[in-house]
Amino acid sequence: MSAITLKVNGQSHTLELDPSTPLLYALSDDLDLRGPKFGCGLGQCGACTAIVNGTAIRSCQTPVSSVAGKEIVTLEGLGTPEKLHPIQKAFIDEGAAQCGFCLNGVILTAKAFLDKNPKATRTQIQQALSTVLCRCFTHTRMHAAIERYAKGRA
Amino acid sequence: MDRRDFLKGAGALVVGFQMVGGNTAQAQFGIAPIAGSPPGDQVDSWIAIAADGSITAYSGKEELGQGIATAQQQLVAEELSVPFERVKLIYCDTGLTPDQSYTAGSQSHPANFNHRNLASAAATAAEALFKLASQQLGVPADQLTAANGVISLQSDASKKVTYAQLVGGKKLNLTLDRNAKRKHPSQWKVLGKPIARPELPAMATGQFEFVHNVRLPGMLHGRVVRPPVIGATLVSVDENSVKEMAGVVKVVVRKNFVGVVAEKPWQAVQAAQKLKVNWSPSTGLPKQADFHESIRKQPARDLLLVNSKDTEPALAKAATVLKSTYYHPYQMHGSLGSSCAVADVQGERATLYSPTQGVWYQKTTSALLLGLKPENIRVIYRHGSGCYGLNGADTVTYDAAILSQAVGKPVRVQLSRKDEMAWENFGNAWTIDERAGLSAQGNIIAWEHEAWTAGLGNRPGANLPGNVITGFLAGFQPAAFSPGPAQEPSSYNNGSNGIPSYVAGHAGGSDGGTGTIRSEKVLVHNVVSPFWTGPLRSPARLPNTFAHECFMDELAARVKADPVEYRLRHLRHKRVIGVLNAAAKAAQWETRPSPKPGNPKAGAVTGRGVAVVAYEGDNGYTGIVVEVAVDQDTGKVTVKRMWVGIDSGPISNPDGLRNQAEGGALQGMSRALVEEVTWDNEKVTSFDWRTYRSLPLGFDIPTIACVLINQPDEEATGAGETAITVIGAAIGNAIFDATGARIRQTPFSPERVKEALKART
Repeated sequence: MSAITLKVNGQSHTLELDPSTPLLYALSDDLDLRGPKFGCGLGQCGACTAIVNGTAIRSCQTPVSSVAGKEIVTLEGLGTPEKLHPIQKAFIDEGAAQCGFCLNGVILTAKAFLDKNPKATRTQIQQALSTVLCRCFTHTRMHAAIERYAKGRA
Repeated sequence: MDRRDFLKGAGALVVGFQMVGGNTAQAQFGIAPIAGSPPGDQVDSWIAIAADGSITAYSGKEELGQGIATAQQQLVAEELSVPFERVKLIYCDTGLTPDQSYTAGSQSHPANFNHRNLASAAATAAEALFKLASQQLGVPADQLTAANGVISLQSDASKKVTYAQLVGGKKLNLTLDRNAKRKHPSQWKVLGKPIARPELPAMATGQFEFVHNVRLPGMLHGRVVRPPVIGATLVSVDENSVKEMAGVVKVVVRKNFVGVVAEKPWQAVQAAQKLKVNWSPSTGLPKQADFHESIRKQPARDLLLVNSKDTEPALAKAATVLKSTYYHPYQMHGSLGSSCAVADVQGERATLYSPTQGVWYQKTTSALLLGLKPENIRVIYRHGSGCYGLNGADTVTYDAAILSQAVGKPVRVQLSRKDEMAWENFGNAWTIDERAGLSAQGNIIAWEHEAWTAGLGNRPGANLPGNVITGFLAGFQPAAFSPGPAQEPSSYNNGSNGIPSYVAGHAGGSDGGTGTIRSEKVLVHNVVSPFWTGPLRSPARLPNTFAHECFMDELAARVKADPVEYRLRHLRHKRVIGVLNAAAKAAQWETRPSPKPGNPKAGAVTGRGVAVVAYEGDNGYTGIVVEVAVDQDTGKVTVKRMWVGIDSGPISNPDGLRNQAEGGALQGMSRALVEEVTWDNEKVTSFDWRTYRSLPLGFDIPTIACVLINQPDEEATGAGETAITVIGAAIGNAIFDATGARIRQTPFSPERVKEALKART
């Protein structure tokens, strides 16, 4: 166990953790955040995605020791129901969800990619989502939402 | 096998079972109501009007991501003439809501939107409010109108009384009146509109509470240790192997069930990995390569769905006889989030937070598992990751309950990916023979369908916790299997879609089917599976429809008929015809036989395919046309476009219906192209997203056009499982149209496609 400081959604938290603990557990258990989710624990599905220093990462595969002091953003850090981030608004406007469990990974992966590649083509966006899963297969609506967001920010 | 399959055809048949049109939801699944449920015949069990006039509705049909909560809220708002936001919907809590059996099988729309249950409760309450208002205002009820929770005189809006003034905060004490007048769809202001799901903002911002997010004071975390191979039993556990680990609270062993409880989830994960457990060797598994043929030879429980007893002579007389065999693999629910539950078992009482589809059965079966009285257990539904049927929801709730009971504290359990996938109740594997005789004119004169399906366990129902892995490991047995011959069918029941759409479906003295072919026989052999099985979205209906609709295409091709025209030639049901024509029209279907003339035998080609179904015989109608591209050099199949015609009666929420049709079609496409459970001689070898594939968000997604057919004067039917039922067959037919190669086994992997291309004559 050691004291590790995590900067999450703009706030610093010092936690007593085994340094090998995957970031996901610190976020969802120690900090009680509901955005990042355990999907597979293997980095294969995207449900646990967080944005660290601007890049989407799989928090189930990221030891807390490797992200100490870095800027961590979760789905909660984008916006709230009262003050939605435009990409969250785009998903709501398109009705782009069924069970909603994958939304965290889809939204954060798309956002981080478009932040770095604002002029990405549809094919490039698809490529960026090539290891993100939605088992309800709400794919058409999610791509429509991402395109709506991409157009709005261009 | 699913309880409803058990009742409706794929399992042992209980004759005379009534599906759509039954009095209660229990009739849909054939399980008697569970003691302690609020009485379904009392309006107060469904509707409460508070002192401030706000309305709470109680339903036994839960939101799983299919949008049914929104539609139910619309329904109650509509019947009671209040805005959508005025209604609060509470679903699936054994402390609060009526037992409506499972939320499954496209049964929620028919159960709660026709003249019974929630719809009748709301309509009965509305009539009672009008009656009370009439007395209070001293005018006949037919001169009154209602809006926003206020009943007023049509001719003078100042003469009015509110719901709150009439009954606010009091019980209604009314019996459900199935004749209570419902609003006709032509009058709808709330129902029938594309109202957005109110939970989406919380979901999109990470504020929504899934069962995974339930946190109780003093809650601990559990992890289970499943056997490494099929059939293994526990030999020994070395508790000392984890004794020194930080946070470990207890190692729990119950017969073959092993689990660890720790203070934090990561500690539980590590302890479960480190715990030294000795298991006996596997009892072995049949070879996957011969599996489909081997199930023909097993002892079977047989079931006849229709039998005109003249198929043999009819086939002997036929100008042409065609026979084909189709194979459908075991497939997974493969929930994105592995299953999770939180249990709080304290002494004689328990509270279970569960993503189960059947809270009342979770209650009675957990009582058996825990040795508690069912009345002392409360099961509260909390959203899980989409389940698509019997995923790990029930089994993980048992895991949490056993571990919580062992430590006397609340315990949260989330399964590992491997424990979810290697031990879930897979969708059954099928081997299906289709045989038909054609007249000299090319019409079908006889159709035989003979199927073998392997099942083990099922939903636990009211008293079989051993139907899922945790209950079994803890010492309970799955539903007993007894082989036996079939009885002659005494009534028409196509709940499993074993009966093709094109036959008369003659049983019990009348024709229940949707087609014209009078010489018909459908025989199903149920055999024991080496793996646990249970209902997976469109159980039995999807594999059967895959076989029927591909075979229909083979017959049309044999007589060089257009596949749509040939289907229409043998159909007599206007709603099946309606969705087929709607899809064909949207696709600008070109009338001609398959395969497509002029396509080369190498390189990239395109083709189109069609399929149609009357889901469960009469519970929703879908026709689909797809356009595919096939790379004949690599065997890769890409679906380019889809057109869906869907009819589920009066449309309760067009956006919700569209979302179900789109998602169902794409999920079915993933199942048709890449999904298959695999195994070696002792264990399941598909246990993560590398070994069990699912088309990701990054694949080349087809465009989907949906034609929603509104039927304001028909009964509400199912919707969510209809599109997925037809897509596989349509893709198979499109591959044939593009290449002239018929592929009869899903998934259509590049290897199987290339094999079929090689076999072309």
